[in-house]
Amino acid sequence: MTDDRSAPDVPSIVVAGLRIELTGSGRDVVDDVSFTINPGQVMGLVGESGSGKTTVGLALLGHARRGVEIVAGSVRIDDVDVLALSEEQRRPLRGRVVSYVPQDPAAALNPALRIGTQLREVLEAHDFGANDGDRRDRVAEMMREVALPDDPGYLRRYPHELSGGQQQRVGLAMAFACRPRLIVLDEPTTGLDVTTQAHVLNTVRDLAGAHKVAALYVSHDLAVVSTLAERVAVMYAGRLVEVGESSELFANAAHPYTRRLVGAIPRLAGSRELIGIPGRAPSPGSRPRGCAFESRCAFVEDACRLELPPLRALDEGHMVRCLRAEEVRAHPMPFAGEAMAVSMPHGESVLSVQQMSAGYRGVTVLHDINLDLAPSECLALVGESGSGKTTLARSIAGLHAERSGRIVLHGEELVELARHRSRESRRRLQYIFQNPYGSLNPRRTINQIVRQPLEVFGIGGSEANARVDEMLERVSLTAAYASRYPDQLSGGERQRVAIARALVSRPDVLICDEVTSALDVSVQAAIVELLGELQKSLDLAMLFVTHNLPLVRSIAQRVAVMSAGRIVELGAVDSVLLQPSDDYTRRLLADTPSLEAVQS
Amino acid sequence: MSVVSDVAITPEPESVRSTRRSGSVLRDALSLWRTRIGLVLMIALVLVASFGPFFAPYSPADFAGPPFTAPNSAAHLGTDYLGQDVLSRFLWGGREILVMAALATAFGLVFGTIIGMLAAYSRNWLDEVLMRAMDVILAFPQIMLALVAIATVGPKAWLIVLAVGLTTLPRVARVTRGAAQPIVERDFVAAAEALGVPRIRILGRELLPNIMSPLMVEMSLRLTYSIGLIAGLAFLGFATSSNGANWGTMINQNRIAVQAQPWGVIMPVLAIALLTVGTGLVGDGISRAAAGIDRGRSTG
Amino acid sequence: MHSGGIWGFILRRTLLGLLVLAIVSILVFAATQALPGDPARAILGRSATPQSLAALRAKLNLGQPVLQQYWNWVTGLLHGDLGNSLANQEPVSTYLRPLLINSAFLVFLSGIISIPLAIAIGVWGAVRRDKAFDVGSSLITMLLAAVPEFVVGIILVVLFATVVVQWLPAVTQVPPGGRPWDDMTGMVLPTATLVIAVTPYVARIMRASMIEVLESDYVEMARLKGLQENTVILRHALPNALGPTFQVIALNLAYLAGGVIIVEYVFNYPGIGGALVGGVTNRDLPVVQALAMLVAAFYVALNLMADIATILVTPRMRTTL
Repeated sequence: MTDDRSAPDVPSIVVAGLRIELTGSGRDVVDDVSFTINPGQVMGLVGESGSGKTTVGLALLGHARRGVEIVAGSVRIDDVDVLALSEEQRRPLRGRVVSYVPQDPAAALNPALRIGTQLREVLEAHDFGANDGDRRDRVAEMMREVALPDDPGYLRRYPHELSGGQQQRVGLAMAFACRPRLIVLDEPTTGLDVTTQAHVLNTVRDLAGAHKVAALYVSHDLAVVSTLAERVAVMYAGRLVEVGESSELFANAAHPYTRRLVGAIPRLAGSRELIGIPGRAPSPGSRPRGCAFESRCAFVEDACRLELPPLRALDEGHMVRCLRAEEVRAHPMPFAGEAMAVSMPHGESVLSVQQMSAGYRGVTVLHDINLDLAPSECLALVGESGSGKTTLARSIAGLHAERSGRIVLHGEELVELARHRSRESRRRLQYIFQNPYGSLNPRRTINQIVRQPLEVFGIGGSEANARVDEMLERVSLTAAYASRYPDQLSGGERQRVAIARALVSRPDVLICDEVTSALDVSVQAAIVELLGELQKSLDLAMLFVTHNLPLVRSIAQRVAVMSAGRIVELGAVDSVLLQPSDDYTRRLLADTPSLEAVQS
Repeated sequence: MSVVSDVAITPEPESVRSTRRSGSVLRDALSLWRTRIGLVLMIALVLVASFGPFFAPYSPADFAGPPFTAPNSAAHLGTDYLGQDVLSRFLWGGREILVMAALATAFGLVFGTIIGMLAAYSRNWLDEVLMRAMDVILAFPQIMLALVAIATVGPKAWLIVLAVGLTTLPRVARVTRGAAQPIVERDFVAAAEALGVPRIRILGRELLPNIMSPLMVEMSLRLTYSIGLIAGLAFLGFATSSNGANWGTMINQNRIAVQAQPWGVIMPVLAIALLTVGTGLVGDGISRAAAGIDRGRSTG
Repeated sequence: MHSGGIWGFILRRTLLGLLVLAIVSILVFAATQALPGDPARAILGRSATPQSLAALRAKLNLGQPVLQQYWNWVTGLLHGDLGNSLANQEPVSTYLRPLLINSAFLVFLSGIISIPLAIAIGVWGAVRRDKAFDVGSSLITMLLAAVPEFVVGIILVVLFATVVVQWLPAVTQVPPGGRPWDDMTGMVLPTATLVIAVTPYVARIMRASMIEVLESDYVEMARLKGLQENTVILRHALPNALGPTFQVIALNLAYLAGGVIIVEYVFNYPGIGGALVGGVTNRDLPVVQALAMLVAAFYVALNLMADIATILVTPRMRTTL
């Protein structure tokens, strides 16, 4: 992706010294954030959960959510400092000079109002156009710009009558309506499938370039950011740690965190290894005196802990907050390794699905599924939302009753619901859920949670405790975690507990249902690392369900691609991803954002 | 100087947020002034109701002077409509209400919770059937059902407790079901199902502990209304005995002469008002403590 | 399973309501007349003479099979024949009609005051959340909601009619043939009692609903679009608060209907509340049965209307039906 738009060199957006605190406590959520954006340029603001990136995004509109307040800094849009204005002076700027595209379009559109009304009111609020006719024309024009129908009938729809992608495009139309100088996009493609995501990103790029609008794209998804933004700012623990050209950052970043982050991104070519970052980012109020990354950094030395390194210029347009940036940059990037050899599975299948169909309230969602899982093999199940992959996984696990066909585990046929299956088959087949915040009972200790399978299968007392502690160590949590409660753990830690729970009864088959989709990229990498290692050492057969195509390379030997309830392609990972034979797979690959293009 | 290391560094056991459990909801609630005041009121009146009879100078039916006499040395708060001692009858008058209200609330709470959980968990025809059954009971105001029952059998203690408990039940069931439905959707319940844990254990160990906060609030609320209801029935003349010492009955019996001798009305009115305000404050305190915790607890 | 659009929904709900009423009628009948044992003896007590027992049994048609009795009663109800009162021998319908009108007036008057008041307090508290008005009104509504209605009534009587001052009558005095609204001073305390008893509870629910709307993502988005605060509240927040508001109004009226029973007794107000209490005291079964069915029908109708109104006001539910 080359920068062929002739963007003027004078920045229209200048943010300086932004500091946001938790109301009344003096603890900072965001501090010392400064950057500039030129007209027509897209800048990416990247960070993981808790980094403060969404808070920065909202601050550019002078808005702070309940519980936080902006205490210092300036946000100049064409020389007007948004933060210096009163609330009443700011209001006319919102929507007209600077606008916002939220993460969840369904929640942000008023369910009781027609979309035409919601589009029109942005124009009315800012006195756009001389009369109603002008505004009507402009609304029609807005719809065409985002590739939505412009007829009055469509405008009379309510938000729930639109798909997720269409809703998000309405959100974009509202944001671009008054031709603002700056648009803040807050992870606007989360929850959209890959194809829709690609369309939305293209729309953003085209509109921003065509109207010379500066855009701030806030996201945790580096692959997406890399396809869209010319410049990227990386945030960690409320501060900027690196700012620079995206091609340079992804090829050879200068801050250790950025490097590890890039190394954790799954990729469609090159090394399969994903390297996570152990540990966890400090939360507001627990930030150390020195560099916030010091406890997790491999380049750390004593000077780093004494005081916070300043954000300094490494090169023209490249800023870093690290004392050893030059040395760091000289190291080879973590992922520049050889592609691993992958051994193909062999042996009689341990799990076999034969001619399985499944439905939901009478509607068939899975058609005639056939697949086999060999012992010690990892088979990835890839598909977008609605493809039926989760229904398939849940049916195998015994959580979905409306199905036909056969599921055979070690020669024993499995009935629909787990509760009616034999104890042995329940023990041998275990399931891990996607949402680490929902899969652990908040009222039980980690020990009680992990030992639950043992109790069900008849093991209790001190032997159970011993196995629990052993399992916790195996997932890189110390035995000290056993007495804690889930809400004391981070998302990655909770998912490790879920893994421990699933493996404590020594199953043969493990089903992982989007187990990393709710986690940050670096945490995802660590979990995938862990699963890969456990799979080998415990000789597990694994069914890994995900919508993230590049992730498949890092964990599976074979992959099944699903669409509309059918398996459209099934084969070795390399052959499917490099030489797909099905059109759907081809399209999926083409629409998947990846870093390779940026680095070339 | 170390190269990029990929050995897992032991994670810092940092608290994302501090421990919050139902035990700590109560502790948090107690730190609020309103809960403390409420608790003080409740305890004070429960003590009066429970131990009052030991301090009463007269038996409830004893003659202490001519009817409706003003406070004097023989009867410190004066006499009532039959010449009985107001102070003594006041001290005797809370037991019946309290015991019956507690029993009725307990009945409604226990069975309402069971039905609510069953309905939320089953998510199918059982849910429909149970909730329609609740609708039948909810087709009346609480007091009406009690009155219809009394019309048939008479104001027996067991009947009043049953009637009040029966009308409390569906209201508790609705709240329980509402609180349980989002919990039932969560993955840890599905995880227990995938393990084959029996349904009863899922209800008891996965579901119930997670709805304790709203249940505690509901319990204080229901207790408040049960007290009001049973005292109200007594006021209407439907206490277990027509001349028994009962705060509600006293109000009705003595109000005809309230201008001349107000104490026969004012004492029981104050008692009932303060008791219900007390239970209400406690419930409000618990509700705030639970809401504060839920606000602090985010899902990442 | 769900088809037929809005009309189908209304039809289904109405049928469900009628089913509930039917079951209620069975239960009411069973509780009053079909209990094991002898209802006549239960009514007249142990000292009843055989003749009076026989006479009562004949009057209540207790000789007939139970189902026949039930059928007679239900068909009678539907035709407006509510039987005859055991206490004063006149047809129940004639006896109750003026009382019903009086009670309806009391409920109406209280409703006119309490409904807008509850909505206003709830909305204002939500909009000015955690400020002085909200904190104060939250506390007061909570305290008032806890105290039973008859206690509120007696306190008002003590304050305004007897002990403290004597501005208002302690009981409603209606001469025979007259109407309560002929002397409005007699309406003040009963109405005030009902309003104080019901408004706080409903105001709290209104506040909670309004807060949920005001904290929603779409209201935040409306502000981020630069809309005027008035537009945000009136165009974005209020329409989404309408559905809950209808529920709240129905709830309000339902509580009023329940509260009327005991409040009328406090003030000796000539309405169905007094009739019910009298009927229960005297074991006047036809009166009790009739009033039970009346109130139940009122509740069911209220719920039905609230549900329908909510659906009509919520576009998402409208179009997916």
